[in-house]
Amino acid sequence: MARLVRMDGSGHTTLAEWTARDDDAFQIAVEEFRGQLEMGYIGTVPDGPGQATHVRELPREADLVVMRRPLAGG
Amino acid sequence: MSAEPQSAALPELASVPWRARTDERWLRRWGRIWHAWTVAYTVPFLAAGAVLLALEPLAAPVALAAFAHAWIIPELYAYRGASVVRPKGARNEANEPVAQGFLGDLLGHGGRELQRKTGLALEPGALGVWLVGEAGAVLVTPGARRVHSFCVRTTDPELPPSDRVAHLLLALREDEEGFATVANHVFAGARWRVRRRLPKRMRPALDAAREAAR
Repeated sequence: MARLVRMDGSGHTTLAEWTARDDDAFQIAVEEFRGQLEMGYIGTVPDGPGQATHVRELPREADLVVMRRPLAGG
Repeated sequence: MSAEPQSAALPELASVPWRARTDERWLRRWGRIWHAWTVAYTVPFLAAGAVLLALEPLAAPVALAAFAHAWIIPELYAYRGASVVRPKGARNEANEPVAQGFLGDLLGHGGRELQRKTGLALEPGALGVWLVGEAGAVLVTPGARRVHSFCVRTTDPELPPSDRVAHLLLALREDEEGFATVANHVFAGARWRVRRRLPKRMRPALDAAREAAR
């Protein structure tokens, strides 16, 4: 089961879950993903140790997609 | 927005278009500049103190003040370099365990233990070995002699501390040079100078980064 997760004040919130074969669940996740982008979140796929990828569309095959807030120099 | 579904560049780079990309060459150059700057503000105080003592031993208190300046100013810079990884902001203790678990999933077993003990996530990269804190990161360059300190934070200050670390860690993994470019570079200097100014709890993380960077 793939998950779309948002890092927020609660630690993290699971926004959607889908499987590669479940088109309806994936479409719901896509809408949720786009909504988060509009709110200013950034989509990231952790690819394993030391690697992550910035995504602008929800990848169907990903196991985990994380929505994070933008960074700024402190 | 690009039509590409994914990108190798950190999206936050769009907010700092005037900055040169922070790569290995940039770090080497700024490391030298910081070194030269440290010499430039230390040596005159040492020389002034020595000349005063040589000319008039009764001027020893003034000479001591000059020596103190030569010691204090580099210490203040080193303190600034260490401060980037000190805990900052809301602790959000109620939700920290959830965030800690999520961060732990992103780290390997060794990295998870080190982060729980020291508060810093160790992340090897192409530029060196990073120690990522809640609102900044320290880069130990290859060879482990020099460190660079960066101030960088998530734009949501209410996140639990481990979520703030996870934000920085994910961005670093997306685009290491982009991460260093978006961050504000605040210090470069010898590793030992920063180590002395780190909270004791965090020093094992710098020692581990030193070993990994050698």
